[in-house]
Amino acid sequence: MNIAVCLKRVPDMDVRFKIAPSGKAVDETGLKFDMSDFDGYAVEAAIQITEKAGAGEVTVISLGGDVVQETLRKAMSMGAHKAVQLKHDGASVDSHAVATALTAELKAGNYDIIMFGRMSIDTAHGAVGTMVAEQLGLPVVTAISKLEFDGRTAKMRRELEGAYELVECALPAVVTIDEGIARPRYPSLKGIMAAKKKPLESKPAQLPAERLTLDAMALPPERAAGKIIGEGPDAVPELVRLLKEEAKVL
Amino acid sequence: MSNILAFAESRGGELRRAGLEAVAAARVIADAKGGEVHAVIFGASGMAAHAASLGAHGADVVFVVEHAAFTHNNPEAVSATLADKIKSGYTGFVCTASATGKDIAPRVAAKLGVPLASDVTTLSVSGNGITATHPGYTGKVIQTVTLTASPAVVSVRPGAFLPKENAKAGGMQALAPSGDPSASRVKVTETAQGNTAKLDLGEAPVIISGGRGLKEASNFKLVEDLAAAFGNAAVGATRAVTDDGWRPHSDQIGQTGRLVSPDLYVACGISGAIQHLAGMRTSKTIVAINKDKDAPIFKLADYGIVGDVLTILPVLTEAVKKAKA
Repeated sequence: MNIAVCLKRVPDMDVRFKIAPSGKAVDETGLKFDMSDFDGYAVEAAIQITEKAGAGEVTVISLGGDVVQETLRKAMSMGAHKAVQLKHDGASVDSHAVATALTAELKAGNYDIIMFGRMSIDTAHGAVGTMVAEQLGLPVVTAISKLEFDGRTAKMRRELEGAYELVECALPAVVTIDEGIARPRYPSLKGIMAAKKKPLESKPAQLPAERLTLDAMALPPERAAGKIIGEGPDAVPELVRLLKEEAKVL
Repeated sequence: MSNILAFAESRGGELRRAGLEAVAAARVIADAKGGEVHAVIFGASGMAAHAASLGAHGADVVFVVEHAAFTHNNPEAVSATLADKIKSGYTGFVCTASATGKDIAPRVAAKLGVPLASDVTTLSVSGNGITATHPGYTGKVIQTVTLTASPAVVSVRPGAFLPKENAKAGGMQALAPSGDPSASRVKVTETAQGNTAKLDLGEAPVIISGGRGLKEASNFKLVEDLAAAFGNAAVGATRAVTDDGWRPHSDQIGQTGRLVSPDLYVACGISGAIQHLAGMRTSKTIVAINKDKDAPIFKLADYGIVGDVLTILPVLTEAVKKAKA
């Protein structure tokens, strides 16, 4: 199967962010970057499909500055076969503009499946994959936690709040990947060496004018310091009183 | 006219709270622009029965789309019908960023050729468009965005816009689906309840959540008992617990699970890993019960009790039962 996986380079979330002087970005000093969590699941799922079939190719695609080449190399060190950088300096929060640039690249690829993470972990809009599918005229199934094939039919599971859906769709199709589908592998030394020789093509991205603009980024207001009411079951009556009289949720 | 269309989400023939929240958020925009809110509800049959509830919560007109192919979620036909309706003369569209709404909103936006202001927690109308805030970076950074595209397509975070009684005594009209809903390429073959809890994480104003501190899967009974005592509560879990198979994946709250903002969140035996806090930090009131007084969850919690969750929960359950009686 011919599979494309679109991925985004994002900062590690396990830090206290600072806002850059522009007020429109996080301060990247000292941050570590990697592919977004859900994109990692997608890369792994795609590689497993080609490994299982003993055939097929995984192309990883990322939109961004030259720093995304490192992320694309990592995906190739996991087992993706080739990579495309859609060169674009500066971030965009306009999902439609980003989707349009990706669609221009994907439409000639003749892919059986195009995968996205269900959302990027940084801007967390969860829109680009679905918009690409609409622009390509392909069916899309979002936030899937299982994926199997019956010939050219994909059989999937989507998690809802307190429920799940079983979904079917013929290929070619776009899917966006939720947790649960596959745990991304750590690249082996052999994989890292092999990735250096795999093709990485860089070409300019064509983004239309933005109609969703980022005005500001800010840290959320600190919650008022909480209080520890007490220890053990003896503290329960006071908790119930506070929930009733102060928080008014009981 | 500056009318706003709202997606009245339903599942299994029932109107969901997410649908009323979409109407509430649409009212914010419509009221600022002096327009009306029109809601659309989809289902197999009998959906007209929900029009009254939508009207009582602020919908001026309710469009009912009934077809057997809407027995299960049918995102292609739903989004095509919504997009066509919006093109007939609306300046905006609002749905809730629930699992279903997150799927519908970008489809609708793409069909209209516009961007999406996704998962927003506040909305205001300004001269050149709609300004909204959206928590990103696992809730650690708030992004303020301005949407200048028209129509404006917005999804709102569950729990951020509360349904309000706002009787409009609106009309109800049948609406024909766009195209043949039976011909959708994406087919939902089954919708199954993941657990037996009456309220789910997308609906409940109270969430009782359990972590590793419960020690074993069977002790989740104590969490379920507390949820039952509240009566309006759903049960959630941490990633550690869903990874271990104690609870279904759909119960997971956190960076890679559900993002929730209930009125009350009770964290039971949860230390407060960043992964988990990302999913619940916007809850209105947070209670934490944990044996480690230095656990990060206590920094976020409004009220904390230090101690063994297994001995505290039964006492709390009894106290809540009494308070509710």
